[in-house]
Amino acid sequence: MLVAHAATQVPCATQATEATETNEEARGARVSFWEYLGNRHAQLLADSLQHASAVLQCMVAATVIGVVIGVVTYRSEWAGDVATITGATILTVPSLALIGLLIPLVGLGVAPTVIALTLYGLLPIVRNAIVGLRGVDPALVDAARGIGMSRLRQLVKVELPLAWPPILTGIRVSTQMLMGIAAIAAFASGPGLGNSIFRGVASLGSANALNQVLAGTLGIVVLALLFDAAYVLIGRLTIPRGIRA
Amino acid sequence: MPETPENTTAGTGPDSGGGSSAAGSPGEVSLTAGGGGGSRQSGAPIKLEGLTKRYSGSSSPAVDDVNLEIKAGEIVVLVGPSGCGKSTLLKMVNRLIEPTSGRIRIGDEDVTDMDAVKLRRKIGYAIQSSGLFPHMTVAQNVAQVPKMAGWPKARIKARVEEMLDLVGLDPAEFQGRYPRQLSGGQQQRVGVARALAADPPVLLMDEPFGAVDPITRDHLQDELIRLQHELRKTIVFVTHDFDEAIKLGDRIAVLREQSHIAQFDTPEAILTNPADDFVSGFVGAGAALKRLNLTRVRDVGIVDFPTATVEEPLETISGMLSTGTTNEVLLLDRKQRPYKWLRRGDLAHAKGSLARAGTLVHDTVTRDATLRDALEAVLTDNAGRVAVTGRRGEYTGVVDMETLMNSVHDLLDADRLEAIEHQHSVSDQQARRTYAAQEGLT
Repeated sequence: MLVAHAATQVPCATQATEATETNEEARGARVSFWEYLGNRHAQLLADSLQHASAVLQCMVAATVIGVVIGVVTYRSEWAGDVATITGATILTVPSLALIGLLIPLVGLGVAPTVIALTLYGLLPIVRNAIVGLRGVDPALVDAARGIGMSRLRQLVKVELPLAWPPILTGIRVSTQMLMGIAAIAAFASGPGLGNSIFRGVASLGSANALNQVLAGTLGIVVLALLFDAAYVLIGRLTIPRGIRA
Repeated sequence: MPETPENTTAGTGPDSGGGSSAAGSPGEVSLTAGGGGGSRQSGAPIKLEGLTKRYSGSSSPAVDDVNLEIKAGEIVVLVGPSGCGKSTLLKMVNRLIEPTSGRIRIGDEDVTDMDAVKLRRKIGYAIQSSGLFPHMTVAQNVAQVPKMAGWPKARIKARVEEMLDLVGLDPAEFQGRYPRQLSGGQQQRVGVARALAADPPVLLMDEPFGAVDPITRDHLQDELIRLQHELRKTIVFVTHDFDEAIKLGDRIAVLREQSHIAQFDTPEAILTNPADDFVSGFVGAGAALKRLNLTRVRDVGIVDFPTATVEEPLETISGMLSTGTTNEVLLLDRKQRPYKWLRRGDLAHAKGSLARAGTLVHDTVTRDATLRDALEAVLTDNAGRVAVTGRRGEYTGVVDMETLMNSVHDLLDADRLEAIEHQHSVSDQQARRTYAAQEGLT
């Protein structure tokens, strides 16, 4: 169906070869999804890279913070529970609302995105770190102490390596979750594939709205799969053979 | 630094285990008494004084006022029913559990207040189900303590191989394996190798063989005895198995609840002269039978028996049988190994050939076998005797029922006498000490 006031705010169309097709699009002609991808691949690729980069950086931050929280709290029943429950509570706040609440505090753009993503990423990591560290056989900790390991050495040489598989699972779960949530970042003018989705949603009914939403969504799915494959590889490389399932 | 007499004697003991470990670094590994480097691989004495552990929230202490003196180079087994606090007592020696009060001395040094981590690096520690780190290879596991002590890499590698060799595992085959690729017995060996890696003077073992099958446990116990002959560590060993205690212990401390020492003495003394009903209850029925485990065939009278070799002519053998005192001859093969029992009647049926005459010897015991094994063999033999063999299986003599019975009677009598004398000397000593203390005070 043709719509008279077609979307004109198409940002790219820098290359001469794309010009004619862009014009076609600009005139409001509806193009197929594959054509759309062909036209917009540069923009989509840039968005994907930003999306991936945002998720990756937030995951690194969430992992470091999450493992530290786990290490600090796992020995105390009480502290561990508080950490887990707090994480779970943060996760129940709708992502749109959290970003919306952050904007007045830290402004638009990257800052609210990073903060929100890191917070959301924490729970699975904290929870799995606590479960993993608590799950280390007490006899092994006893042995580690008994042969004269300092507290730090026990943690680094024995407890964390043994808790690593569950922590890595937490990181995988977190990453998949963040992939989706990162799309919301566009709401705060953040980076990523969310922009494509938001544009599409904002102009629903227009000729290529569906293509925009679809491109953004599929991009996120593909990224999530790529990340997951990377985690499988990381698992192979970092989990010692002696405890690999 | 003055050396205790125990240390000196242990130091001049069997020199073994290879020069490399002994020359290792006496300064690093010896805790105190051996600090001068004189006591190579010897243990250090341990002295527990009034050791008490009280947990908050419980009215009675878990371990109550334990006084125990362990000599350098001996194996002391702490044995008692579960829940008697024997593990707690053991863990207070390396301060995995901090004592509420009391002192711990190892060698000449009071270690009650020294840095616990440093202390533990100088005390070997082996636990039930080995406690090996599953994410590390066998070599990495064994290397842990030397690594923490800052040994250079080449020396650690050599030490790991030496240790695996020592516990009977081929380094080439096993060092790259992960614990889950080993059997329970092999894991336990690696656990012992790890505990010994930095050559500590003291070794603590907390029911180390509790989780392996009985046959493997038996092997591991034999291995530990062999190791101890070489190394002469001071070993404190916890078990709830009294038979294990008898087999391994130079001395046994039988503990009742709250680690009160019911009796602390040699296995022989505890078996023949239990201090009270608790100890005799714990020793269980069959103390005399258990005593058989403590004596070797070499210690009892082996009798000579008329023998002949298969190469001797038939006439000589029949001559021996008709003129000799016994109506039986033990036939040896060409390598002097027991081969057949020949009776007078057998020769009549032999018809000129020895091939079908007599009964094959199906069971022999070595001079190192326990009397219990010998008794077993004698009981199953239909004529009530068993041939004793040397290292290469050659004949050295025969043990029969009569010899065994006489020996056991003599042993038990001697034990009883010794135990009584020991009690006298202990009370004498106490009296002298009290007297001396009074002298000193006044």
